[in-house]
Amino acid sequence: MRRPKMSLWVDKHCPKSLEKLDYHEEQALQLKGLVKQGDFPHLLVYGPSGAGKKTRVMCLLRELYGSGTERLRIEKLEFHTASKKRLDITTISSNYHIEVNPSDVGIYDRIVVQELIKNAAQAQQFDVNGQRSFKVIVITEVDNLSKSAQHALRRTMEKYVSTCRLILIANSTARVIPAIKSRCLGIRVAAPSIEMISITLQNICRKEGLNMPNELGMKISNASGRNLRRAILMTEACKVKQYPFTNNQEVVVPDWEIYIAKTATMAVQEQSPQCLQNIRERIYELLTHGIPAEIIFRGLLKNLVKNCDGQLKAQVTYYAADYEEQLHKGSKQIFHIEAFLAKFMALYKSFLQEMN
Amino acid sequence: MEGFLKTGKLGSNAGSSGKSRAKADADERRSKAPWVEKYRPKTVEEVVAQPEVVSVLQQVLSKGADLPNLLLYGPPGTGKTSTIMAAARQLFGDLYRERVLELNASDERGIQVIREKVKQFAQLAASSERPDGKKCPGFKIVILDEADSMTKQAQSALRRTMERESKSTRFCLVCNYVSRIIEPITSRCAKFRFKPLSKEQLIGRLEMIANEEGVTVGDGAIEAVITTSGGDLRRAITCLQSCSRLKNKELPVEKEEVVELMGVVPGNWIHELLEVTATKNYDKVDAFVNNILLEAYSASQIMLQLHDRILDKDDLNDESKAVVCEKIAICMAALERGADEYLQLMALMCTMMYVF
Repeated sequence: MRRPKMSLWVDKHCPKSLEKLDYHEEQALQLKGLVKQGDFPHLLVYGPSGAGKKTRVMCLLRELYGSGTERLRIEKLEFHTASKKRLDITTISSNYHIEVNPSDVGIYDRIVVQELIKNAAQAQQFDVNGQRSFKVIVITEVDNLSKSAQHALRRTMEKYVSTCRLILIANSTARVIPAIKSRCLGIRVAAPSIEMISITLQNICRKEGLNMPNELGMKISNASGRNLRRAILMTEACKVKQYPFTNNQEVVVPDWEIYIAKTATMAVQEQSPQCLQNIRERIYELLTHGIPAEIIFRGLLKNLVKNCDGQLKAQVTYYAADYEEQLHKGSKQIFHIEAFLAKFMALYKSFLQEMN
Repeated sequence: MEGFLKTGKLGSNAGSSGKSRAKADADERRSKAPWVEKYRPKTVEEVVAQPEVVSVLQQVLSKGADLPNLLLYGPPGTGKTSTIMAAARQLFGDLYRERVLELNASDERGIQVIREKVKQFAQLAASSERPDGKKCPGFKIVILDEADSMTKQAQSALRRTMERESKSTRFCLVCNYVSRIIEPITSRCAKFRFKPLSKEQLIGRLEMIANEEGVTVGDGAIEAVITTSGGDLRRAITCLQSCSRLKNKELPVEKEEVVELMGVVPGNWIHELLEVTATKNYDKVDAFVNNILLEAYSASQIMLQLHDRILDKDDLNDESKAVVCEKIAICMAALERGADEYLQLMALMCTMMYVF
């Protein structure tokens, strides 16, 4: 008996092969050509979140090794630092590839990178004719790797090139050191356009047997910020909320976005130590829910500048960038977010006083 | 991980004679090897440019002159590692394994390793005769690759070892930034700066490789490879190989593909960026920055190209150029430290709006 699958649409309708990708077809063809030659260099796949990086990598692996790459298992690996500290890291692997996110272990990521690649790369394939002569190591969130881990990758990548290939996935190449960039084939995955998202949403709804009005599709696509994963999740949330769809239906926006917007409004309405105190609690709330600090900064800035005129906008942006940068030097994020809001209050108050 | 490590099936064609198969395997592996490895210079004479270090090494090789401790530094892809590797191979031949200790950033290189492993290796005596009675240099070489990522403490631990064992051991440090090597080490070494390769040298090498590999290159493609790689030969070669792999062998490599693969932002985006800033409309700038980042262009690359553009801009006086360039420098440094791309780019654009 087949049980109905209880998976999210995002996973259910994720394309499984390179031919079925919905956009960037030309790139998919190129990737296919790359695999056909039986070999490929190390890859650095980069693009904003929700653009389909991981989907493309999985398709590529499938094209390489066949459907065996879909039989995944989760494994916990154990590493030891020089000072005998134990590190646990979760990996997802099939017989042909292993996927790991070394930044899970924080500053010890270098050890994971060194040990994992050496272990995997030193085991050679016995039979070159039976299958590919190399295995693939997928490393995600490369832009969050520490500098020392990235340096550790450099020579290792060259040394073990005959037995393993690395696929590095990053949101942006800005934080990847040039030495790594020069050793990889960069694959840029741009975010899909609004129209593309809308078409994809229509396709998914058709497969689900739902009727999706065009206008709603466009509305969701616009609200998603060109993030396909988010768009699909939002569509599913809309469906749960109200079906059949109507054109003027409210699009479900993630609640933390509303929360940030409200926090920003508070800072605009009242500039006092008391208000700052209230805001602090709200920021703590956001941070404990795992919203990354840079997202909070972006969200605050976007909402704050709505109430400012030209000159002030530039100033607020300047300080946002400044405080966000400082955040990376320290370890407590709350200080820097709060400092930014206090600065904004001071700026805004003097601006209001000048007006009067 | 277990399964991942031992998936190799036993050879199906075990009947064929092992030796010829091993050779075929080796041939196949060689044909698939990255061109960077394939065309790495095998002898010191083959090294492109860098006449100073080549002449010193030739003296050692041909006349048996004494080899000083070496410190090779220069930008990536100029042949530092290749040179010393080739020299070591020529010096020792099959004794390479016993006489050369190669450590790079992927190996554990804390103070502990320097104290134990390096010191022990350095203390071994080296005879000036091979087992078969032929002459060979009476010393060993320790190659410390990527030495700038060694800690200060580890470097200090090297100091005395370098002097005391000078009878039997030579050290060769390879690094990108000589400023990150502590003074006492630099004063113990003969320093050689590796210059970025000139255009003609790059063209010569690339055309040679293209010929060997049977790759046809379209008009201006080599030019594009060279301008985007900025004198980094490894990057140029990787780029050429990637381009040729992404498509059919018969079709020539085109300029546009090179630009795309190297992650260069197309000129019209930069042009548009300048136009948008000239409107001095914050919302338009905001939308534009969002868009360009969603296209997965990296902020640091945008800033680099913007910098070139600003320098050539005629309608800007020197003072404003200086202001913008300074801001670019600040933002790039912030990005390097891990700051958010959106915020930094916005801060830069705000400064530009103010200046224009």
